[in-house]
This record gives sequence, structure tokens and C-alpha cells, in this order.
Amino acid sequence: MTTLASGGVVGIPAVNITIFAFFVVVTLIIALTAAGGNQTTTDYYAGGRAFSGRQNGIAIGGDYLSAASFLGIAGLIALHGYDGFLYSIGFLVGWLLVLLLVAAPLRNTGRYTTADVLDLRLRAVPVRAAAAVSTLTVSLFYLLAQMAGAGALVSLLLGVRSSAGQDITVAVVGLLMIFYVLVGGMKGTTWVQIVKATILAVGAAATTIWVLARAGFSLSGLLRHAAASSQAGSAVLGPGLLYGVNTVSKFNFISLSIALVLGTAGLPHVLMRLYTVPSASEARRSVVWTVWLVGLFYLFTLVLGYGAMWLVGGKQIESSPGAANSAVPLLAFRLGGTLLLGIVAAVAFATILAVVAGLTITASASFAHDVYAGVLRGGDAGPGEEVRVARVTAVVIGGVAVIGGIFAKDVDVAFLVALAFAVAASANLPSILYSLFWPRFTSRGALWSIYGGLISSVGLIIFSPVVSGSASAPGGAGPSLISDPHINFAFFPLDNPGIVSIPLAFFLGWLGSVTDKRPSDPARFARMQVRALTGIGAERGSQV
Amino acid sequence: MPVTQSGRGSASGYEVVQASREFQTLRRRLGSFVVPAGMLFLGWYFLYVIVAAFAPGFMRTRVLGEVNVGLCFGGAQFVSTFTITIIYSRWAQRHFDPLSARIRQRLETGRRP
Repeated sequence: MTTLASGGVVGIPAVNITIFAFFVVVTLIIALTAAGGNQTTTDYYAGGRAFSGRQNGIAIGGDYLSAASFLGIAGLIALHGYDGFLYSIGFLVGWLLVLLLVAAPLRNTGRYTTADVLDLRLRAVPVRAAAAVSTLTVSLFYLLAQMAGAGALVSLLLGVRSSAGQDITVAVVGLLMIFYVLVGGMKGTTWVQIVKATILAVGAAATTIWVLARAGFSLSGLLRHAAASSQAGSAVLGPGLLYGVNTVSKFNFISLSIALVLGTAGLPHVLMRLYTVPSASEARRSVVWTVWLVGLFYLFTLVLGYGAMWLVGGKQIESSPGAANSAVPLLAFRLGGTLLLGIVAAVAFATILAVVAGLTITASASFAHDVYAGVLRGGDAGPGEEVRVARVTAVVIGGVAVIGGIFAKDVDVAFLVALAFAVAASANLPSILYSLFWPRFTSRGALWSIYGGLISSVGLIIFSPVVSGSASAPGGAGPSLISDPHINFAFFPLDNPGIVSIPLAFFLGWLGSVTDKRPSDPARFARMQVRALTGIGAERGSQV
Repeated sequence: MPVTQSGRGSASGYEVVQASREFQTLRRRLGSFVVPAGMLFLGWYFLYVIVAAFAPGFMRTRVLGEVNVGLCFGGAQFVSTFTITIIYSRWAQRHFDPLSARIRQRLETGRRP
């Protein structure tokens, strides 16, 4: 057997690189052919609204099952047992909110971005600007998480040991992603997501069955082996190792749980995908497919996590580059040697690449459609011009993501994603829900809730142990970003701001509305509600 | 062709539709499904979260072999999510979409607001 992580590199880098290169070539061809002669505004932003519910549901799953899910959650389970599972439950249950309250009415009332929905009822310019600011912030947080994952993975799998080598690889990931977005638009990236999600699901299912087979197809047997090979013993089978340390960590966990369950319905790159189908009922069908895909996948990660705990062992995972994020690659190597590791590595890279592409297209649409066309040009930009601006923005965002990824490469990925969820649930969700369902919601309420949620969530993160003052923060964050323990401005004790910032944003949305001197216009609410529930006036798919 | 996208013109036409008995039925129907379902799944989820945070001992109680209450409770969250998804999508197809489409068609063909 080839040495496992003794020198920090697993398997044969050449094999990993070859499999990865093969995947890149195949997806590039797909993106190129899918894009075809496209690129009207609707093509670029919404894939011509020509995808079926099933296709789009799988693509949303591809967007959602990022490196944080694939590597991060399984890694957390492998290291801390049950507490990693808590993440996956929040990530899954959050989809019910999208399904029940958001998917269909959002598809009926918007064109490309969530700001379109707010625009139906509220004063266009300031609200559009606010929605764009929060969309861009959430997307950048999420991008950072993905790029951070890329750096850690590279050192493990490709044998790139030097810091400069890792930085170059992050830059290559960024360039590839920009290329996908420029060439493929939404249609191309959607097909990349579909391919990636399918490979990911099949790969995870096969590895899960493999692990279960080793345990004699007994879940109880797997758990017994895992507990026996962990230092914590059978404590890994119950909650508390990560979040049960003290009262602060328990509230940290509750704050995290609130952010996870409410964040999904505020994630801009997920919501934007709802516009790629021809109708509201197809949007609903998309989410149903996503729930199945995501749910089954998280059941697989439970087995993979405990499997890695058993077959690889916590010590080995922690000492390898990439720490928790390397649990699944190491497990794949232990089970199927170089080839399976290469496949898992390629899937992981593809995941990062595809999710980054999805985020980039969302952020560029938000800038071009909301800021440039909506605010700067007062809704007067030509469609060709808007797409051109979106493409330039995609390049800029790609550059920002590369630089951010180089700086953030040592941070735990699942954790960074959880922060993005908290910002999404605080800054985006209240205004979306109020706008769709509350007759008295006003522009001032929207501005208060968006900016209030954004500033409070980001502010509390800055003044939390995540950024300063902690050698090892309780609740999984690890050491602070500023590693010097003498610099400590963390007056907020929790790692995740959700428990404060989400209720605050809902409260501000209410307060801003009821104190607004310009009350909400009942006629415009009527238009919003009739359109949201019946789909009158919504753009249909180009091929349907 | 559908009504124009920006359609700022006569929002009052929409108020007439909104006040119609058929639309009110549609709205009430949606609310009477979505509100209880939403409260149910959120309550069930936060019950799980609070038990996981404050009663870890209970979660460790063994049920079958090494499988404990925590894993069963967590598994039940998956089952409830799948169940609500299935029930809602069937309900929407049978009880919401037909009425919604009827109102839309009437709007598109008849008096355009």
C-alpha cells in the first residue's frame, strides 16, 4: 500500500491531475455546446428559462452540495462525530422553507434577481441597490469558502506543497471558472452543475455502499467500529463533543441552527436558479428534486464520516494537510486506492469549480442587472450592454475570489459557509418574505431590514472569536483569523451571529414599515399578490 | 403574450382581481396549508435542536445496537422533510395549480388588467 499521508501527499499526484483534467475538458465541451449561439439577457442570466424541473432541481443540488457539504460535513463527523450531523439536518430542513414559501411566488414575480421581486412593490432605486449590496456580500462570503477549500485540497491531492504552488492552483481554479461563466452563461453552468451533481451523487453512493459492506451492512456495526477507533469512544455517537462543551457553545449551536435552517431561502445563487425554469410549478418541482438529492446525499455523508473515523482515524485526518476537509479523500484512498482517490479528488475539484461558477454568475447578474442597469442607468441599459457589463463583472469577481481564496486557505470550509448562511438569512430573507406576504411592508422597512441585517451579521462576525482573541474557539471554529492572542476585540461571544442578527432584521423590517410616513400602496401589493399566486405577467420559458 | 413585465399602468385592475371571491379562495387555500406546515416543521426542527443541545444524555440512549435516540431523532428529521415535500407537491398539483391556472387564463384572455 502506498504511504498514507506520511509525507502529506496521498496517492499519485499525476493520476489525480489526469482525472481532474479529463473532467475539466469534458465539462468545458458541455458548457461550450450548451451555450450554443446564445446570449440574450434571458439566456445569460436564466438559461433561456428552458430547463425542466428535474434538470434544474439536480443543478440546484449541484450548487448546494458544495465542498462544504461534500468534504466539510463528512470531515466534521469524522472528527467530532454526531455534531457534524447537526449541520446536515439544518442544511436539509431549510429547503422546506424554500419549497413552501419562496419557490413558486418568487418565480412568478421576478425575472433574474431577488431585487426584481422587491421592485414590484417598493421604490426601485434605493431598494435595488440595497438588495444588490446584500447579494454581493453573501456571494463573496460563499465564494471565499469555496476558494479556501480549493487551496487545502490542492496540497493534499496534487502534491503541491509550497504556498506559492497552492496560490497558483487557486488562480487556475479562478480562471477556469471565469471561462465557464463567460462562455456558457447560465445555460453552460447549469449543465456543468447537472453533470457534477450526478457524478457526486453516484460517487458518494458507491463509497457509502463500500463502507457499509466493510461493516457487514450493519449501521450498528459501523458505529461500533467508529466509536472503538475514536479516542472519545462512544461519545462520538451522541451530540455534544463540539457544541456541548459549555453554555456559550450550546448557544453557539442554537445560533448556527437558526442560521442554517433560515439561510437556504436567502441564498442568492440558489434563488436565481428558480428563474431558469418555464413556470412556477416547474420551480416547485425543482425544489422537490433538490430535497431528494440533498437529503439522500447527507445520509451518505453520515456513513462516510463515521467510515472515515473508523477506517482512517481522527489522528491521521487531523495531521494531514486540509485537516477535516481531507477525511473523505483519505477514506477513498483507504478503500479504493489511487483510482478512487483520483475520482473523489476530481469530483471535489469539480464541485468547487461549479459552485464558484454559479456564485460568480449570480454576483455578476446582481451587479449588472441591479446596480448598473437598475440604479446607474435608471433601468435604461440596452440588453446587449447589460450582458457585457455582467461579463466584465464576472471577471472582476473571479479576481476577487482568487485573492480572497489565497488569504483564506486555512479556514474550515463548513464553518465559513455557515457564516454565509447567517448573512443570507439576516440580510435577504426578511425582505423577501415581507415583500411577498405582508401588505404593509414599505421601502423603508426593506432598507432597514436589509442594511440592518447585513451590518449586524457582518459586524458581529468581525467582533466575534472568529476574527480575534481566541486560540481555539469553542464550537469548531478553531483559532481566530488574527492569530496573535494579544489582539482581542471579540466582545460578542458566539461564532455565529444568527441568533441576534436574524430576529433583529425581521424586527427592523417591521419597525421601518409601521413608522414609515409613506404607507405601502395597496394597489401595488394587489399586483404583487395576484402575480405571485397566479403567475400572470411572468416570463415563460423560451422553448415552452 | 402575457401582460407586460413592468406593467406599472393600472394596478387597480389587480385590486379587482385580488378582491374577487375566486382569488380569495386561492389565497386562503394556500395559507391554510403553508402556515400550519411551516409551523410544524420549524417547531419539530427546533425541538430537535434544543434536545440535542440541552439533553445530550437522552440523545445517547441506545435504541437498537449502537443506534441511539439521537440518530433516530435525526433520521426522523429526514423522514419528516421528505414527507412534507411529497404531501405539499401533491397538494399543490391537485388543489392549488388548477385554480391558479383558471384565474390566470381568465386574466390573460378576458379583461386584461
